[in-house]
Amino acid sequence: MSLVSYLFNGLSLGAVYAIIALGYTMVYGIAKMLNFAHGDVIMVGTYIAFTAISTMGMSPAAGIIISIIGCTVIGVLIEAIAYRPLLNVSKLAVLITAIGVSYFLQNVALLIFGSDTKSFTSVVSFRGISLAGGKLNISGETIVTIAVCIVIMLVLTIFIKYTKPGKAMLAVSEDPGAASLMGINTNGTIALTFAIGSALAAVAGVLLCSSYPALTPYTGSMPGIKAFVAAVFGGIGSIPGAFVGGLLLGVIEILSKAYISSQMADAIVFAVLIVVLLVKPTGLLGKDIQEKV
Amino acid sequence: MAMLEVKDLNVYYGMIQAIKGVSFEVNKGEVIALIGANGAGKTTILQTVTGLLKPKSGSVFFEGKDITKTPGHKIVSMGVAHVPEGRRVFASLSVLDNLRMGAYTRKDKGEIAASLAEVYKSFPRLEERKNQPAGTLSGGEQQMLAMGRALMSKPQILLMDEPSMGLSPIFVNEIFDIINKVSKEGTTVLLVEQNAKKALEIADRAYVLETGKISLSGNAKELMNNDSIKKAYLGE
Repeated sequence: MSLVSYLFNGLSLGAVYAIIALGYTMVYGIAKMLNFAHGDVIMVGTYIAFTAISTMGMSPAAGIIISIIGCTVIGVLIEAIAYRPLLNVSKLAVLITAIGVSYFLQNVALLIFGSDTKSFTSVVSFRGISLAGGKLNISGETIVTIAVCIVIMLVLTIFIKYTKPGKAMLAVSEDPGAASLMGINTNGTIALTFAIGSALAAVAGVLLCSSYPALTPYTGSMPGIKAFVAAVFGGIGSIPGAFVGGLLLGVIEILSKAYISSQMADAIVFAVLIVVLLVKPTGLLGKDIQEKV
Repeated sequence: MAMLEVKDLNVYYGMIQAIKGVSFEVNKGEVIALIGANGAGKTTILQTVTGLLKPKSGSVFFEGKDITKTPGHKIVSMGVAHVPEGRRVFASLSVLDNLRMGAYTRKDKGEIAASLAEVYKSFPRLEERKNQPAGTLSGGEQQMLAMGRALMSKPQILLMDEPSMGLSPIFVNEIFDIINKVSKEGTTVLLVEQNAKKALEIADRAYVLETGKISLSGNAKELMNNDSIKKAYLGE
C-alpha cells in the first residue's frame, strides 16, 4: 500500500513539475531561449497569493486569480524589458540575462518579504480520500494537483491545435520569418507565450506550496531547475514531453526518497537525465524534423 | 503611379553592403523579373520589401504609401504576398493548415473558403494531400503549397523568390504555367530567378542585378536578345 501512496505523491509533485516545465518548453519552442527566471516567477506568484490570502484575508480563489494576473503581467514585462532587446544577439547574452533576472526577482522578494520562511496555507479545502479501510490515504492537495495538471494539458493542447493564436504559435516556433510573411505578429506571439507560461507558473507555485508550505525567496529555484530537467527529459519544445517528463521526474524523485535515500534523491534525478540524454539526446518525445531543401 | 516602387535602396548585413542604391518599379498587372547570379542581392531586395530586413537608407512604396518602416506582419494585409526562397512551408502543420496560415489576416470565412477552393483548383495535388504534414511533400509540391499559401492572402502583388530552385523540369514548367495564370487573373508579379531564360519568357520587363546594383533593365523580349545577357545568363 505504501508504494501506491508514494506513487500518488510522486505524480502530484510531478504534476507541479509538468506545469512549470510547460512554461520552459513553450518559451523554448517559440523564442528558442531558456528562461531561467521561470522558476522565480513561481516564487513571486506564490508570494502574491500568500499576501492576498494570508495577509489581506482574501478567499483562496481570489488569491489564485490575483496571483495568475500578477505573474502574467510580470512575465510579459520580463520578456519586453529584458529579453526582447536581445532578440538578434547571441543566445549566450540571453541566457546570462535570464540568470540575472532570476537573481533580481529573488532579491526583490528578499527586500519585500524578508528571508524568514512563511508558512503557506493550503488553498485546497477538500480533505482527500481514504481507501482500503484507511490504509491508503490520498490528500486533497494530491488529487487537486494531478487533476489541475491534466486539465491544463488538455486545454493547452486544444488551444494550440485548434485556435488561430495557437496555430500562430506553432508557425512562429517553426519559422518566425515565414510566420511574419503570413501576417503573424511574432513579437506578440512570443509575448503571449510568456503570458501563458507565467500564468501557469502562478498555478504551479500555489499548488506546490499547498503541498509543501515553506515559502522563501528561493522556493522557486530548485523546482524551476527540476522542471527544466523535466522539460529536457521529455524533449524540450514538446508539450506532451513536458507532461511526461514532469510526471516521471516527480515519481522518480519520490520513490528515490522513499526507497533509496532522501539525500541522494536529487542526485538520482539528475543522473536519470544524464542517462536519458546519452541514449536519446532529443529527450523522450523530442523530435528533430528533417528539413527538405 | 507604380504599384510597387523601390527608391535608392541600401541594405547592409553588418558591415557588408548587399544592396547599393537599387531603384525599380512594378506597375499594376505587370510581370517583372529580377534576374542575376547567386549572391547578387535578389533575395535581399524581396526581404526588404516585405519587412524581413530593414534598409539602411532608401524607401519602398506600395500603392503610393511608404512601407519602409512598416512592420513585416502588417505588410501582407496591405496586399503584398511573398513566396520565400526555399519555400519555407510549416513542415509539421498539415497542408490545409499551411493554406489557412496564408489567410491569417483575413476575417471573412466565406471568402477564405472561396480562395481555398480556387487554390485547390490551381493545385489539385494540394487538395489530395490536404491532411498530410507539409514536411512530407516533395520539393515541387512544397513549392505549390508555398504559392498556394501566398495566394490565400488574396494579394495584389505576388513576390516570388526562386520558384524553380531545385525542381525537376516538369515541375518548373508547371510552376511557370501557374505564375502565368495568376498574372492573367490580374495579380501583379515580381519574380526573382536564377533561371533567367524561364523568367524572361514570361516577364514583361526585367531588371538585371549584379553585386547589389542594377546593371541593366528593359523589355524582357529585348533583354533576351541582348548579347551580354545571352552570354552571362542564357548560356548561349
